[in-house]
Amino acid sequence: MSGGVDSAVAAARAAEAGHDVTGVHLALSANPKSFRTGARGCCTIEDSHDARRAADVIGIPFYVWDLADRFREDVVEDFVAEYEAGRTPNPCLRCNEKIKFAALLDKALALGFDAVCTGHYATIVTAQDGSRELHRASDAAKDQSYVLGVLDERQLAHALFPLGDTLTTKGEIREEAAARGLSVAKKPDSHDICFIADGDTQGFLAKHLGTAEGDILDQDGARLGSHTGAYGFTVGQRKGLRIGTPAADGKPRYVLDISPVDNTVTVGPVDALDVTALTAIRPRWCGTPPVGPGTYTAQLRAHGEDVPVTAEVGEDGELRVRFTGEPVRGVAPGQAVVLYDGTRVVGSATIATTERRTPASATLDAR
Amino acid sequence: MGRCAPRTRYEGRPAAPDRIGAIMAYLDHAATTPMLPEAVRAMTDLLAVTGNASALHASGRRARRSVEESRESLAAALGARPSEVVFTGGGTESDNLAVKGLYWARRDADPRRTRILVSPVEHHAVLDAVEWLAEHEGARVEWLPVDAYGRVHPEALREAVVRDPGDVALVTVMWANNEVGTILPVRELAAVAREFEIPMHADAVQAFGQAELDFAASGLDAMTVTGHKVGGPYGVGALLLRREVAPVPLLHGGGQERHVRSGTLDVPAVAAFAVAGTLAAQRREAFAREAGALRDDLVAKVRAAVPDAILNGDPSAAGRLAANAHFSFPGCDGDSLLMLLDARGIECSTGSACTAGVPQPSHVLLAMGTDPLLARGSLRFSLGHTSTQADVDALAGAIGPVAERARSAGLV
Repeated sequence: MSGGVDSAVAAARAAEAGHDVTGVHLALSANPKSFRTGARGCCTIEDSHDARRAADVIGIPFYVWDLADRFREDVVEDFVAEYEAGRTPNPCLRCNEKIKFAALLDKALALGFDAVCTGHYATIVTAQDGSRELHRASDAAKDQSYVLGVLDERQLAHALFPLGDTLTTKGEIREEAAARGLSVAKKPDSHDICFIADGDTQGFLAKHLGTAEGDILDQDGARLGSHTGAYGFTVGQRKGLRIGTPAADGKPRYVLDISPVDNTVTVGPVDALDVTALTAIRPRWCGTPPVGPGTYTAQLRAHGEDVPVTAEVGEDGELRVRFTGEPVRGVAPGQAVVLYDGTRVVGSATIATTERRTPASATLDAR
Repeated sequence: MGRCAPRTRYEGRPAAPDRIGAIMAYLDHAATTPMLPEAVRAMTDLLAVTGNASALHASGRRARRSVEESRESLAAALGARPSEVVFTGGGTESDNLAVKGLYWARRDADPRRTRILVSPVEHHAVLDAVEWLAEHEGARVEWLPVDAYGRVHPEALREAVVRDPGDVALVTVMWANNEVGTILPVRELAAVAREFEIPMHADAVQAFGQAELDFAASGLDAMTVTGHKVGGPYGVGALLLRREVAPVPLLHGGGQERHVRSGTLDVPAVAAFAVAGTLAAQRREAFAREAGALRDDLVAKVRAAVPDAILNGDPSAAGRLAANAHFSFPGCDGDSLLMLLDARGIECSTGSACTAGVPQPSHVLLAMGTDPLLARGSLRFSLGHTSTQADVDALAGAIGPVAERARSAGLV
């Protein structure tokens, strides 16, 4: 229970369905701020009070569990390290993988609980053979199955998502919360990364990684300008390049590649972003791993569209994904590729390298 | 695909009824204890009677009389003179008034006096006040060493004082520790302070009703007690102050309570406090005997169920509050233990302050030299005037399986 309306309604629904529910607020910060300013960040002391009040109203016990150390190691430090390596991480995925459905789940199971229940918008369906499947939520706009694509069979067996079948707008969840007497009905959603309270990701990274002047290059290696830290860029980014002189053809330039080793950022025209295939590492499967090549749709970022692909796990254990429709733009290493079979989540992996339709530069091959 | 139909619009059923289960054993009397029926009656009787004790007319005089009678009986119960009893809003306020008020008064009289000698096992109402003075009022804090039971030895105080008696603002050491139950040698410490004419304050919040408190004989200049720990109401306490001690007030206003603590007195609460305090003092010996026996049985049974459990604090009958038992359970997390016991209706405490609801390892245990990991797996069980053998037996039956499960959950 984060103190937000989704987890409060989820807890209420689970309790109403007859489950023996205990509300847990995760203390994930060593120094939580007292109050939340609007929609920024999460899990201030005020949030923990809101969660506590919601638990009171629902009529369930409530505790705060301190997972700050694990969170710092597995999520925050990973976040910084990924940017340092020139990749674009998704910390919410890492948190689900390492904290909510790992550290927290393990502790809960050891204490005698059967499952972790959250306010994620996703649906668990029991298949004919009794196995549990993870599916998109009924409401495509709210669907969060992407960040849950890291869950394996065991984790799914101990997960509960009461909000997945809500074919509603957020407004109706808030109405339900109000009808249930939950004061969080009016509370704004938190949008930004929970551990960056002021929303200034660049500032956060600058604090951890410092500033280092480096070059912005074009595809031929010519220097176009400079930057204060390669971590400030994401593949596919167009804004904030501050190059000064426009491209020869007048077209906008996009980040094609980030090289932390020499602290360079390579930019080029939009069609140089087109990716036709990718490899992804550390695949995780929501059920039995598929054998041989398969046809799926793939989602490449949170709230991104899914696109048709074929995918197969190679001998080296890496997942190779080929886009069978149009090439895709702005595929950033470090993000997850989540494979779907219709609405069913098949599995996910972390994007490592991409294959461009046209190579990013004469000197760079598929990296 | 086997997915059920999407949920239709929520129809607005009422919130689920409170599902908190039956309480099997309340073992957290040190946190608060049921109000004595006599105190409830005294308070209720007065709630309907109107009168500001400061007013000059008959209604005011009637209220005033009630307050003064309460003052006299509480003073008698504590071995003090009525003029030495200052009513406050509770133990925390009394501690703050003593520590800050005495510091400011002593420093005002002589700016050199900025050193505060304090034990590291104090309740946060003393600790945080001291730390605030250090941060904002130029105080220099010297933490007096404690032994493995949490006691400050008089020689340690003497050693600290003699280094420069002229720069000490005050000494503050509690009469009995609220977490581990150890009784500290307050009389001997007060004698040292008195020798050097340094005021000494003792937080006697936990000691009242269990240890024999005689303010006059103690040698203390200031002593804190509170209502809700002795079967009185919340929101009222007292600071016992020798007549010549004049702390700088926290609350300025109408000049009530010797100009030390302004504010309209809560006449019903004060009356209930006096009734409860008087009964607590009268019943002290019998309570110590009966609660002590139950406590000893509790300790034996917990040890039998969890052989590697460690009893913290002074194990001797004379050196420890009769109603207190405090254990560390190796390999267990305190909040896991608490939750598992809570689920079985057994209520106790990790005994430590909470930051944002997350229990921190006890500063008391850390000061006593306990390993921090072990400190995390600690529980305080405290008995009260309503405790029975059944409470002890409920805990005895539960603690074994609970500790086992908590151990398997580990120390995440």
